[in-house]
Amino acid sequence: MNEKLRMTLIYATLILCGLFMVVPFLWMISTSLMTQAEFNKHDSVFVPKEEYHVWDQGEQSRPVILVAREDKEAVIHLLDKDRKIVKEYVRVPTETVRKVKKVPSIHWENFRKAFQKVPFGTYFANTLYVSFLTLIGVLLTSMLAAYAFARMEFKGRDLFFYLFLSMMMVPEPVYLISSYVLLDKISWLDTYQALIIPWCVNIFTIFLFRQHFKSLPKELFESASMDGCSTFGMLWRIILPLSKSVIATATVFSIIGSWNSFMWPLVMTTRPELRVLQVGLSYFNQEASTQTTLLMAASTFSIVPILIIFFLAQKQIIASYAKAGLKD
Amino acid sequence: MKTKWKFSPYLYILPAFFLLFAFRMIPIVMSFVISFFDWSIKGTGKFIGLENYAKMLSDDVFWQSLSNTFWLVIIVVPASIVFSLLFAVLLNQIKKLSGFFRTIYFLPFVTSLVAVSIVWKIIFNEQTGLANTFLGWFGIEAQKWLAEPTGIFNLILAPLGIELPGMLGGPSQALFAILIMTVWKGLGYNTIIYLAGLQNIPRVYYEAAEIDGAGKFKQFWKITLPLVSPTTFYVLIMTTITTFQAFSQVYLMTDKGGPLNTTKLIVYYIYEKGFDTLEMGYASAVALFLFVVILSLTVLQKRLEKHVNY
Repeated sequence: MNEKLRMTLIYATLILCGLFMVVPFLWMISTSLMTQAEFNKHDSVFVPKEEYHVWDQGEQSRPVILVAREDKEAVIHLLDKDRKIVKEYVRVPTETVRKVKKVPSIHWENFRKAFQKVPFGTYFANTLYVSFLTLIGVLLTSMLAAYAFARMEFKGRDLFFYLFLSMMMVPEPVYLISSYVLLDKISWLDTYQALIIPWCVNIFTIFLFRQHFKSLPKELFESASMDGCSTFGMLWRIILPLSKSVIATATVFSIIGSWNSFMWPLVMTTRPELRVLQVGLSYFNQEASTQTTLLMAASTFSIVPILIIFFLAQKQIIASYAKAGLKD
Repeated sequence: MKTKWKFSPYLYILPAFFLLFAFRMIPIVMSFVISFFDWSIKGTGKFIGLENYAKMLSDDVFWQSLSNTFWLVIIVVPASIVFSLLFAVLLNQIKKLSGFFRTIYFLPFVTSLVAVSIVWKIIFNEQTGLANTFLGWFGIEAQKWLAEPTGIFNLILAPLGIELPGMLGGPSQALFAILIMTVWKGLGYNTIIYLAGLQNIPRVYYEAAEIDGAGKFKQFWKITLPLVSPTTFYVLIMTTITTFQAFSQVYLMTDKGGPLNTTKLIVYYIYEKGFDTLEMGYASAVALFLFVVILSLTVLQKRLEKHVNY
């Protein structure tokens, strides 16, 4: 096959499939900026635009609502600048009323309206709080455990490590109900700690850290030990500064994981003031199921923070996922 | 390395171990115990032996959820593998814009399942959804999508007057809509994994094949596919496990697994039994059943891998 044709075909396929991947997002954003009436009319698929009538009076023309149109006369409502009706049922010559079409109009107020209906600010703050504390917990427990697994010799080390790894094999739905019963017994239902503490251990992160700690040169530890550095001191002074990239990877996984977690917070909390973003969004999905544009605005809002993080560090994030996948 | 105090390693693993013990191991054991009880809302239940497991056998909705889930897995996993491998192979051959495409493909994977489920629910709306607009451009009539309980094979064969019985009718169109969305969501991750796998294949193999006059397609079948097979197994296992656990799509896109339970997936059924009808003992039995299914499939795939790997 001709090389040029081959490349053209490759790019064409990639662009076509790329469209399939992004179109839902583009549609989400464009719908979130439309009025509900525009959306329901369904003649503007992607670009938020509007269709309205104006009434020409000599030099000037002003926006109106067309009520009825006959051969000679038309009936209109007069509108002011903010599109509020100032005078109803005015008869004017038909030829002075004309249709203006496809003027892009962006309705940011959907975001404001969604916020008025639902305290997304609170949900957002809850999500940040839970994600942040979970991250701290995960980094601490993983660093300590991985340090022991990678650099220390003790009885039952491999046994413990495999026990840890085997826990990774158990899917969340398996222990969801019993966790609910357990958290109920210790009165943790409807508390922040129910959303944070059980997720402060991440086996995959321990695994990731252990691999990295093992790869650090032995001589480093030996010389530090001779200089009188304690075991714990080594973790702080030697390992930590050399682990920035693996910590960054774990941070990304942890934040994205907590931000997007849904089933657990849905089950473990019922109080509205404890709702995280995903749970709040799912309730809004039930309450406002017909208000498409508001739903899209809320969805856009909930995705944006992760998108910003993703676009700022997309190369590193994609590389982290690729690397982590290969290690298994 | 010498440690000064022989207990100290245990102190390092203690925080992680404690959390794992309290919030994984105990609940897993509890799951097992609860599955032998008639355990309704809070408090303790009544021991009923294997009754919950016996109930599963005669529970039609359970079997339907199971067959729905199998349809989802059987279609999503191969579709995801084929498309992600295709994307990866194509991406691996271009220089310009490769990063751009990677970013775009990866986008659905990092965004929350809740938000994109809502978006796809609206996409599959019968009147105003994008899916029907798109079909309209090709002159195809509007579909009911999430409101259509008829199997897709039956929908395709209907003009010929053929109707297949039971499971042979295929997943309902509603489930098919969820299926499209599920493939879309995970495709980017698998593509990135494949891309990493492809980049590990030494260039010399292709150069040698080139000299021998092997075409691009032959190179793909004889070099790429066999050498990327460890990645294929990883993708196969991971996608199977995650697809079996699909929940949010059903919760957000459908009305309780409807129409006619055709989108009720097994994890949604566990959720419904546990937290809607408060049959926690029964829900735990179903959850353990799911665990056994996932575990045996993983073991099976691992076995298969040993046979196939080069």
